Amino acid sequence: MEIRPILSVLLRHKTAAALIVLEIALSCAIICNAIFVIGHRTGEMRRDSGVAEDELVHISTSSLQPDINRDAMRREDIAALAAVPGVKSVTSVNQLPYGDNVWASGINLRPGQAESVVTASNYMDDGRLLPTLGLRVVEGRGFTPDEYQDHDALETAGPTPQVPAVLLSRSLAARLFPGRSAVGQDIYVWGDKPSRVVGVVDRLLAPGRGRTFEDSFQTMIFPLWVSNGSYVLRTDPERRGEVLKAAMAALNRADPNRIIGTQSTVSEMRRDFYSRDRAVIWLLVSVCVALLAVTAFGIVGLASFWVQQRTRQIGIRRALGATRAQILRYFQAENFVLTSTGIVLGVLLAYTLNLTLMRQYELPRLPLAYIPASALLLWLLGQLAVLGPARRAASIPPAVATRSA
Amino acid sequence: MLGYYLQLALRSFRRNKVLTTLMVVTIGIGIGAAMTTLTLYQVLSGDPIPEKSARLFYPRLEPRTLGRDVSLDPEPMEQLTRFDAEELLRQKRGKRQAMMSAGSLTVLPEGGAAQPFRAPARYTSADFFAMFDAPLRAGHAWSADDDLSRARVAVIGTKLAEKLFGDADPVGREIHIAQGALRIIGVMDEWKLNPRFYDLSNRRFGGGEQVFLPFSTSRDMRLPTQGSMNCWGNSNGDPEGARSLNAPCAWLQYWVELESPEQAADYRKYLADYSDQQRAAGRFERPTNVRLDNVMGWLDYNRVVPNDVRMQMWLAFGFLLVCLLNTVGLLLAKFLRRSGEIGVRRALGAARGDIFRQCLAEAGAIGLAGGLLGLGFAALGLWLIRQQPDDYARLAQMDVSTLLLTFALALAASLLAGVLPAWRAMQVPPALQLKSQ
Repeated sequence: MEIRPILSVLLRHKTAAALIVLEIALSCAIICNAIFVIGHRTGEMRRDSGVAEDELVHISTSSLQPDINRDAMRREDIAALAAVPGVKSVTSVNQLPYGDNVWASGINLRPGQAESVVTASNYMDDGRLLPTLGLRVVEGRGFTPDEYQDHDALETAGPTPQVPAVLLSRSLAARLFPGRSAVGQDIYVWGDKPSRVVGVVDRLLAPGRGRTFEDSFQTMIFPLWVSNGSYVLRTDPERRGEVLKAAMAALNRADPNRIIGTQSTVSEMRRDFYSRDRAVIWLLVSVCVALLAVTAFGIVGLASFWVQQRTRQIGIRRALGATRAQILRYFQAENFVLTSTGIVLGVLLAYTLNLTLMRQYELPRLPLAYIPASALLLWLLGQLAVLGPARRAASIPPAVATRSA
Repeated sequence: MLGYYLQLALRSFRRNKVLTTLMVVTIGIGIGAAMTTLTLYQVLSGDPIPEKSARLFYPRLEPRTLGRDVSLDPEPMEQLTRFDAEELLRQKRGKRQAMMSAGSLTVLPEGGAAQPFRAPARYTSADFFAMFDAPLRAGHAWSADDDLSRARVAVIGTKLAEKLFGDADPVGREIHIAQGALRIIGVMDEWKLNPRFYDLSNRRFGGGEQVFLPFSTSRDMRLPTQGSMNCWGNSNGDPEGARSLNAPCAWLQYWVELESPEQAADYRKYLADYSDQQRAAGRFERPTNVRLDNVMGWLDYNRVVPNDVRMQMWLAFGFLLVCLLNTVGLLLAKFLRRSGEIGVRRALGAARGDIFRQCLAEAGAIGLAGGLLGLGFAALGLWLIRQQPDDYARLAQMDVSTLLLTFALALAASLLAGVLPAWRAMQVPPALQLKSQ
């Protein structure tokens, strides 16, 4: 197939050719970036929180009496909830993955250090956090009974409270103590008194959205019980609805003088948490599909126009001995040249757009693999779109040449 | 003449139904997407208090201790400590000023028959109402003396008033909360502020507070607060904890009304002086770092328009651009296909300008049809947005200005797309076309 005649024909139709090239380039740039954002979001949505999500239900309540003994209330509630049929384990929590409450602290590695090494989210353990959430200690040990304290009492205890033990997530341990074991090391979160790292848990997601933390998996657990009226229950996946109902009834029996804030399964919390991401993904997908469709329409429209315009020319070529296949291939090759030019321009544009996205939305650089993928997609689209008009061109009889237009 | 051109356009549409439909649908989808995202963007980036936004300012100070590397925090704290807020309020250097925090109250309905419920509250000081033009429906706001005497008074929202007292006049009656009783002195009309600019640390869109009471009273009664709090030290066993007067915690919003840019400059100077004094007294340790933003500046700093909304808008306009390029190409094909007809018209005496106008009329007609379709798509798009759980989703509504803008955008876009093809069409040489017929 000779490429020169194609080029010279295109050069004589500069406007139309430039339009189609520009359209393909823009589509290519937008689609590359859109697919990249989609991939980034789905990656975030698919991450594993590290807790036994489909076995957990969450209830948060608050008492109407302002001066209630919160610690006593917590004990009473836990006892009532543990007695609910189907409940395997109950814990009183300060925060939960996908929840609205976010607790965080800066961590120092030396007392009085000038700047925190990292800010991480802190979970408070009342003694049943690990078995209830399904967390696994992979190194060192869990807390011993004598390490637990009341978080409320700690706040009013005086200038320098001491929390002797802490568990780190694997991710935080690697961040603080790269290349060595974290167990046995000291970190400073509560003023100048150290907390010794007694163990490492596998994986635990912090609550909160987006860029709250350097890394959402950098979390730690303190042996402190909180009495905020926020409870997590573990049960069998299929009994969650029934347990939730029975648990609410049990809490209201224990103290009717309260307001229920949240009552949902952790799976529902997860779904709500990612709902905006899902909406964005659907939007991007629809835009990509619409873009591809519009670009295909454009190619069909212009190709049909060209076929019509060159009817006589095609007739002459056929009369001079060109086969149908050669005419067909001519238009296919022409489309290939246009699409390729569009792709080259589009890739340049895609990277420019990506630079803006990187600055504005803290996205990573567009991986190189997107170039061949998008090129293949657009080539395929172009060939499919041009097939109809090209076949119409190929079916033009040589006799056309002899007619006077 | 325009009527005739439109008639010709209609005839041309009939001849080329598929191509015309394609163009109309393409423009419709493009316009629909662009208008959906633009409407949302406009709603979110709008000025919540247009008549005053340039005169209301949000001061920030840097009260943190040394410790952490100071260069890591180029911006001062986003809220004030209770000490600084009360001190600035006492010194009264603006025309009006108010300190504030969000809270949540447990309301106990009278008679005890109805269930207790939670009501969002705002603890603030006297100038709040006049400074923000809060719409009072009945009664009045409290005075600076009430602030000083920690008066147990409240202004309640119209929704809460109806819930508690039905049609009866609530002014003079009492609202009972878990911590005690407050005398109702005013009723606030429905107050739609989007975003709720004065406190961006809480829910920013929709909703609204139902109980307003003096900040001093809220501390006296130890009412629970809401919103973000940032501490850099220990409150050393003070029974009020992080909310005590001297606690090293920033958790209060503060607004000041200043009448001119000169006053704003003076106030900035005053903040710097205040900061210097505090450092001299040993309370502040870091170098003086003060800010004074007006409403729009403060919204901008807080990125009130979510990144996703911005991204969607750019995406939609990129898409519209592709749709337009497509329309340019299709129009070009369409017009040049009619070269013969154009040649005849030229030969019969039509000037080039006539051909140009005729082609543009056709492009405009396509644009209007596309705009109509786009309106439908935009309505659908906004409805889809309203189904989202985001706090701003319910605000995505179409109004008259959006409606007009849609048509203007569609018409402008299609005319723009028509210029190049029309230009090419008018240059068709009549003689050549006639000869080849």
